[in-house]
Amino acid sequence: MNYDKRFDGRKPDELRPIEAKVGIIPRATGSAMLKVGKTHAVAAVYGPRELYPQFLQDPQRAILRCNYNMLAFSGSGERVRPGPSRRSREISLVMEKALTPVLDLEAFPSTVIDIFVELIQTDAGTRCAGITAAAMALADAGIPMKDLISAVAIGRIGDKVVLDVTKEEEDFEGGMADIPIAMSVRTGQVTLLQDDGEITKEKLMEALALAKKGCEHIRTIQIQALKDRYREEV
Amino acid sequence: MALLIQDKAIVVPGEELAEGMDYLPGTDVLREGEKLIATKVGLVNISGRLIKLIPLSGKYIPKKNDIILGKVVGMGFSGWRVDIDWAFEANLALRDASTEFIEKTADLSQYYNFEDWIVCQITAVAAGGRLIDLTMKGSGLRKLGPGRIISVTPSKVPRIIGKQGSMISLIKETTNCKISVGQNGLVWISGEDSHKELIAVRAIEKIEAESHISGLTDRIKAFLEGEHQ
Amino acid sequence: MNTILKEHLLNTLKKGSREDGRSFTSYRPITVETGISPKSAEGSARVTIGETEVVVGIKTEIGQPYSDKPDEGSIMVNAELLPLSSPEFESGPPNINSIELSRVVDRSIREGKALDFKKLCIRSGEKMWIILIDIYPLNDDGNLFDAAALAALVALKDAKFPKLVEDKIQYGELSNEKLPLQCFPVSCTVFKIGDSFIVDPGKTEEAQMDARLTVAFLENGNICALQKGGDKGLSFEDINKMVEIAQEKTEELRRHI
Repeated sequence: MNYDKRFDGRKPDELRPIEAKVGIIPRATGSAMLKVGKTHAVAAVYGPRELYPQFLQDPQRAILRCNYNMLAFSGSGERVRPGPSRRSREISLVMEKALTPVLDLEAFPSTVIDIFVELIQTDAGTRCAGITAAAMALADAGIPMKDLISAVAIGRIGDKVVLDVTKEEEDFEGGMADIPIAMSVRTGQVTLLQDDGEITKEKLMEALALAKKGCEHIRTIQIQALKDRYREEV
Repeated sequence: MALLIQDKAIVVPGEELAEGMDYLPGTDVLREGEKLIATKVGLVNISGRLIKLIPLSGKYIPKKNDIILGKVVGMGFSGWRVDIDWAFEANLALRDASTEFIEKTADLSQYYNFEDWIVCQITAVAAGGRLIDLTMKGSGLRKLGPGRIISVTPSKVPRIIGKQGSMISLIKETTNCKISVGQNGLVWISGEDSHKELIAVRAIEKIEAESHISGLTDRIKAFLEGEHQ
Repeated sequence: MNTILKEHLLNTLKKGSREDGRSFTSYRPITVETGISPKSAEGSARVTIGETEVVVGIKTEIGQPYSDKPDEGSIMVNAELLPLSSPEFESGPPNINSIELSRVVDRSIREGKALDFKKLCIRSGEKMWIILIDIYPLNDDGNLFDAAALAALVALKDAKFPKLVEDKIQYGELSNEKLPLQCFPVSCTVFKIGDSFIVDPGKTEEAQMDARLTVAFLENGNICALQKGGDKGLSFEDINKMVEIAQEKTEELRRHI
């Protein structure tokens, strides 16, 4: 089954409209929100703070603890039951792994850095939106990092590889592969790579190249949002 | 071989600051091969060959000799536990708590009670920030009286104090408030007149928000004069 | 013995002032926004009171009416004190504070008969609508109760029933039909600190409170729900005063719906 024209009319390498803002949760050490199309994520960082119970502490570095959660009303179907699910726990894990490579966790031994990501509305790409927002929140929290992390989901839909898939595309009847990718654009290191669905090696490399292009653009939005917080306005 | 940014520019983590070996990485700057990279959101500060950042956000990180504000949260045989707005509580030992001798059997709450706030100095930081020792022996170190506590970004504290204390003196004089600024970003404010106290709070918040924009002193002066009328 | 922070606050209040310069019965600026999650939720709202921010979303489900009320639908209110919104909140199952918050909001809506429960019945004894109201703070700078109660009402007003096909909800497809709202029971919480009564405390004031009273008022001036909180008692005189303040303030809050 061919997928010639995208449901929302975007070009294959076109992102949805993106809006980012840093410093949205005054009580957090750092915070940010990201809207990618209809997907709306907010992220807050608390810490470094003391980790309890003590046996979980690592005397050589901070523990990064990520918590991904969909608000009960944020799903596309029935109300999402509150509390962790197997899905949300796995996403929390891969988010931790996506962000860790750029962080200098050794600066804060025995502590924990908590990242909370809440989804207010979802239209696919939620873990990528969460990672992108979390990276801004970490920078806002003053956690030393070698680079920002930017993330986007690539789809193989029919025989096309497209950037930043929507829920409608995820549900494409002809089958698809959903490939969330996160990377440090500056170093070119990929820090999140998952795939749900069939794809050839060639198409996977195509997906990575497309993700890089998308992440480059997302990174400029992240940088702008971080700088906008300190814009000259008197 | 070249600088890629200007002095006083705002940069974010991952931004390249300079190429080649002519420049040296200072605080919050990382060398990766030929490049100097920013690791925080901050203001670039270039002095000679050294490039460092002044962070614009983030928590307080304890340093030896810092004079800070803390809240008494625990008492034990050997002294007090003090919350200094860092990941770990600090320790105030009996021998460092007062110039007078404190008996081991004394009622410690007579000196510093739970929820008391103190101006104290860090004498040692060890084990990556887990072990912090405080002293109350030194000029200006004391227990604070009734007042309110506000919190500012620690890197903004020098701007709140100003050159030789000029900024904080200006606020104190205009508002007739007693103010104590800790290097950990906690500020104690106490005024007889609640309205003037609020002006002092607003002035400090204004410095925090606008410290990276030039002409700060004049703006704060204008603000205080405007509010005073 | 009062702490230095409390002693200072009591002094300030005694002089008739508050730490941020407001009068005792002034709210911080309030903003109300609806449709913050229109793709996902049947209704949604965001309320900010100063720096306190709360979001509420409405979802619907089909269920079987309770045997003692075969002709009525039902509601369920849930609040989660997200650790994202405050350093004091922790992950884990709902703690007693989030349970109290959800129960207080639930009581005002239920006892105030905000919804016509009979109209939530689809077929007597067989099928009913369940209206699920989920409350989340995004930033806690005090007075979550009033922000949550207001946001819940605004979200209910924003909500539309989803389409039904053979008793199955077509999620994502809303009808034009609004929920059967009859009235808006508006809540105001009055705080007692020392001898002073204030509304809408910020976080530092809230931490020093002696007692609080949440009062839900109907438009006709009647009370429909109450909740007393805090560690100290209230005299009859206190209660009378607090109810009076709440009545005046709920009239003001009502304008935001």
